[in-house]
Amino acid sequence: MSTVAIDKTIDARGMACPGPLMNLIGAIRQGQVGQVFEVLSSDEGSKTDIPAWIAKAKQELLETRQDDGYAHFIVRKAR
Amino acid sequence: MEEEQEKALSLVLFSGTDDKLNAAAVLTVGAAAMGRPVNLFLQYYALDAFRTGKVCADHALSPEATAEQAPVVRAHPGQHWSELLKQAKDVGEVNIQACALSMDMFHLKQADLDPLVDGIEGVAAFMASAGDGQVVFI
Repeated sequence: MSTVAIDKTIDARGMACPGPLMNLIGAIRQGQVGQVFEVLSSDEGSKTDIPAWIAKAKQELLETRQDDGYAHFIVRKAR
Repeated sequence: MEEEQEKALSLVLFSGTDDKLNAAAVLTVGAAAMGRPVNLFLQYYALDAFRTGKVCADHALSPEATAEQAPVVRAHPGQHWSELLKQAKDVGEVNIQACALSMDMFHLKQADLDPLVDGIEGVAAFMASAGDGQVVFI
Protein backbone atom coordinates (compact mmCIF):
# COMPACT_ATOMS: atom_id res chain seq x y z
CA MET A 1 0.00 0.00 0.00
CA SER A 2 1.02 3.55 -0.64
CA THR A 3 1.89 5.81 2.26
CA VAL A 4 1.05 8.99 0.32
CA ALA A 5 -2.27 10.66 1.13
CA ILE A 6 -4.39 10.72 -2.02
CA ASP A 7 -6.63 13.71 -2.67
CA LYS A 8 -8.55 12.25 -5.59
CA THR A 9 -8.84 8.83 -7.22
CA ILE A 10 -9.66 8.62 -10.92
CA ASP A 11 -11.09 5.21 -11.68
CA ALA A 12 -10.47 4.81 -15.41
CA ARG A 13 -10.56 1.02 -15.42
CA GLY A 14 -12.21 -0.28 -18.58
CA MET A 15 -11.42 2.86 -20.56
CA ALA A 16 -9.51 2.46 -23.82
CA CYS A 17 -6.28 4.28 -24.65
CA PRO A 18 -5.88 7.28 -24.31
CA GLY A 19 -8.89 7.72 -21.98
CA PRO A 20 -7.11 7.25 -18.61
CA LEU A 21 -4.35 9.71 -19.58
CA MET A 22 -6.91 12.27 -20.74
CA ASN A 23 -8.80 11.93 -17.45
CA LEU A 24 -5.55 12.47 -15.53
CA ILE A 25 -4.74 15.57 -17.61
CA GLY A 26 -8.19 16.97 -16.91
CA ALA A 27 -7.85 16.37 -13.17
CA ILE A 28 -4.35 17.90 -13.01
CA ARG A 29 -5.49 20.99 -14.88
CA GLN A 30 -8.39 21.53 -12.48
CA GLY A 31 -6.43 20.65 -9.33
CA GLN A 32 -4.20 22.66 -7.02
CA VAL A 33 -0.41 22.42 -6.92
CA GLY A 34 0.59 19.82 -4.33
CA GLN A 35 -2.54 17.70 -4.72
CA VAL A 36 -2.03 13.98 -5.22
CA PHE A 37 -4.06 12.05 -7.76
CA GLU A 38 -4.36 8.31 -8.18
CA VAL A 39 -5.32 6.88 -11.58
CA LEU A 40 -6.58 3.30 -11.82
CA SER A 41 -6.17 2.00 -15.35
CA SER A 42 -6.50 -1.38 -17.04
CA ASP A 43 -5.25 0.08 -20.34
CA GLU A 44 -1.78 -1.23 -21.27
CA GLY A 45 -1.02 2.05 -23.07
CA SER A 46 -1.24 3.93 -19.78
CA LYS A 47 1.96 2.22 -18.60
CA THR A 48 3.96 4.14 -21.18
CA ASP A 49 1.67 7.12 -21.78
CA ILE A 50 1.19 8.33 -18.23
CA PRO A 51 4.95 8.40 -17.40
CA ALA A 52 5.71 10.03 -20.79
CA TRP A 53 3.14 12.76 -20.25
CA ILE A 54 4.25 13.35 -16.66
CA ALA A 55 7.86 13.82 -17.79
CA LYS A 56 6.79 16.16 -20.57
CA ALA A 57 4.40 18.19 -18.45
CA LYS A 58 6.92 18.26 -15.56
CA GLN A 59 4.54 16.70 -13.08
CA GLU A 60 5.67 14.20 -10.45
CA LEU A 61 5.07 10.45 -10.64
CA LEU A 62 5.25 9.24 -7.05
CA GLU A 63 4.44 5.59 -7.54
CA THR A 64 3.21 2.96 -9.99
CA ARG A 65 1.89 -0.30 -8.73
CA GLN A 66 0.36 -3.27 -10.56
CA ASP A 67 -2.78 -4.75 -9.11
CA ASP A 68 -4.91 -7.62 -10.36
CA GLY A 69 -5.78 -6.56 -13.92
CA TYR A 70 -5.05 -2.86 -13.50
CA ALA A 71 -2.33 -0.45 -12.44
CA HIS A 72 -2.22 2.44 -9.96
CA PHE A 73 -0.42 5.63 -10.93
CA ILE A 74 0.09 8.11 -8.10
CA VAL A 75 0.85 11.60 -9.34
CA ARG A 76 1.49 14.89 -7.58
CA LYS A 77 0.57 18.11 -9.33
CA ALA A 78 3.97 19.82 -9.25
CA ARG A 79 3.11 23.00 -11.15
CA MET B 1 2.58 23.59 -19.31
CA GLU B 2 5.20 23.50 -22.08
CA GLU B 3 7.96 26.02 -22.43
CA GLU B 4 9.68 25.12 -25.71
CA GLN B 5 7.69 25.37 -28.93
CA GLU B 6 7.26 21.89 -30.36
CA LYS B 7 7.11 21.21 -34.10
CA ALA B 8 3.59 20.90 -35.45
CA LEU B 9 2.17 17.55 -36.52
CA SER B 10 0.04 17.93 -39.64
CA LEU B 11 -2.37 15.22 -40.69
CA VAL B 12 -4.13 15.10 -44.03
CA LEU B 13 -7.36 13.17 -43.49
CA PHE B 14 -8.48 11.69 -46.81
CA SER B 15 -10.29 8.50 -45.77
CA GLY B 16 -13.72 8.84 -44.27
CA THR B 17 -14.10 5.47 -42.60
CA ASP B 18 -14.58 5.34 -38.85
CA ASP B 19 -11.45 3.24 -38.24
CA LYS B 20 -9.11 5.64 -40.04
CA LEU B 21 -10.80 8.68 -38.52
CA ASN B 22 -10.40 7.06 -35.12
CA ALA B 23 -6.73 6.27 -35.69
CA ALA B 24 -6.15 9.88 -36.80
CA ALA B 25 -8.04 11.22 -33.76
CA VAL B 26 -5.90 9.10 -31.41
CA LEU B 27 -2.73 10.51 -33.01
CA THR B 28 -4.17 14.01 -32.69
CA VAL B 29 -5.07 13.72 -29.02
CA GLY B 30 -1.69 12.16 -28.21
CA ALA B 31 0.27 14.86 -30.01
CA ALA B 32 -1.86 17.60 -28.46
CA ALA B 33 -1.39 16.14 -24.97
CA MET B 34 2.39 16.09 -25.53
CA GLY B 35 2.39 19.76 -26.42
CA ARG B 36 2.62 19.59 -30.22
CA PRO B 37 0.37 21.86 -32.26
CA VAL B 38 -1.73 19.72 -34.63
CA ASN B 39 -3.14 20.75 -38.00
CA LEU B 40 -5.81 18.60 -39.63
CA PHE B 41 -6.64 19.10 -43.29
CA LEU B 42 -9.90 17.43 -44.34
CA GLN B 43 -10.10 16.16 -47.91
CA TYR B 44 -12.48 14.00 -49.93
CA TYR B 45 -14.27 11.35 -47.84
CA ALA B 46 -12.91 12.57 -44.52
CA LEU B 47 -14.45 15.97 -45.20
CA ASP B 48 -17.80 14.32 -45.89
CA ALA B 49 -17.70 12.67 -42.44
CA PHE B 50 -17.47 16.15 -40.84
CA ARG B 51 -20.75 17.36 -42.32
CA THR B 52 -23.28 18.68 -39.81
CA GLY B 53 -25.37 15.85 -38.46
CA LYS B 54 -23.22 13.17 -40.11
CA VAL B 55 -20.37 13.01 -37.61
CA CYS B 56 -21.94 10.26 -35.53
CA ALA B 57 -23.34 8.34 -38.51
CA ASP B 58 -21.88 4.95 -39.43
CA HIS B 59 -18.95 5.68 -41.76
CA ALA B 60 -18.10 1.99 -42.27
CA LEU B 61 -14.60 0.52 -42.06
CA SER B 62 -11.61 0.49 -44.39
CA PRO B 63 -11.47 -2.24 -47.05
CA GLU B 64 -8.56 -3.86 -45.22
CA ALA B 65 -10.82 -4.80 -42.30
CA THR B 66 -11.53 -8.50 -42.78
CA ALA B 67 -14.84 -10.17 -41.96
CA GLU B 68 -13.24 -11.44 -38.74
CA GLN B 69 -11.76 -8.05 -37.77
CA ALA B 70 -14.74 -5.79 -38.52
CA PRO B 71 -16.93 -6.91 -35.57
CA VAL B 72 -13.93 -6.67 -33.22
CA VAL B 73 -13.24 -3.08 -34.35
CA ARG B 74 -16.90 -2.12 -34.04
CA ALA B 75 -17.28 -3.65 -30.58
CA HIS B 76 -14.21 -1.91 -29.14
CA PRO B 77 -15.29 0.43 -26.33
CA GLY B 78 -12.96 3.30 -27.29
CA GLN B 79 -14.35 6.81 -27.62
CA HIS B 80 -15.77 8.11 -30.89
CA TRP B 81 -13.29 10.05 -33.03
CA SER B 82 -15.31 13.24 -32.65
CA GLU B 83 -15.05 13.01 -28.84
CA LEU B 84 -11.28 12.42 -29.10
CA LEU B 85 -10.94 15.49 -31.32
CA LYS B 86 -12.92 17.58 -28.80
CA GLN B 87 -10.55 16.40 -26.05
CA ALA B 88 -7.56 17.19 -28.25
CA LYS B 89 -8.83 20.74 -28.76
CA ASP B 90 -9.37 21.02 -25.03
CA VAL B 91 -5.83 19.98 -24.03
CA GLY B 92 -3.85 21.49 -26.86
CA GLU B 93 -3.61 23.56 -29.97
CA VAL B 94 -5.58 21.76 -32.69
CA ASN B 95 -6.61 23.46 -35.91
CA ILE B 96 -9.07 21.63 -38.16
CA GLN B 97 -9.38 23.01 -41.67
CA ALA B 98 -11.50 21.86 -44.61
CA CYS B 99 -9.72 21.62 -47.97
CA ALA B 100 -11.12 24.32 -50.25
CA LEU B 101 -10.93 22.03 -53.29
CA SER B 102 -12.94 19.26 -51.59
CA MET B 103 -15.48 21.84 -50.36
CA ASP B 104 -15.92 22.97 -53.94
CA MET B 105 -16.12 19.40 -55.27
CA PHE B 106 -18.97 18.48 -52.91
CA HIS B 107 -20.64 21.93 -53.11
CA LEU B 108 -20.21 22.52 -49.38
CA LYS B 109 -20.14 25.73 -47.35
CA GLN B 110 -18.76 26.17 -43.85
CA ALA B 111 -22.34 26.16 -42.50
CA ASP B 112 -22.66 22.57 -43.80
CA LEU B 113 -19.82 21.43 -41.53
CA ASP B 114 -19.71 20.40 -37.90
CA PRO B 115 -18.45 23.11 -35.48
CA LEU B 116 -15.31 20.97 -34.93
CA VAL B 117 -14.10 22.40 -38.24
CA ASP B 118 -12.39 25.75 -37.66
CA GLY B 119 -12.34 26.98 -41.23
CA ILE B 120 -11.67 26.41 -44.91
CA GLU B 121 -8.24 26.80 -46.45
CA GLY B 122 -6.24 25.98 -49.54
CA VAL B 123 -3.34 23.56 -49.70
CA ALA B 124 -0.70 26.28 -49.62
CA ALA B 125 -2.11 27.69 -46.39
CA PHE B 126 -2.09 24.18 -44.91
CA MET B 127 1.55 23.72 -45.94
CA ALA B 128 2.39 27.08 -44.41
CA SER B 129 0.84 25.91 -41.12
CA ALA B 130 2.75 22.61 -41.37
CA GLY B 131 6.04 24.52 -41.63
CA ASP B 132 8.97 22.13 -41.27
CA GLY B 133 6.98 19.64 -39.15
CA GLN B 134 5.83 16.25 -40.41
CA VAL B 135 2.89 15.86 -42.80
CA VAL B 136 1.08 12.52 -42.57
CA PHE B 137 -1.53 11.34 -45.06
CA ILE B 138 -4.31 9.11 -43.73
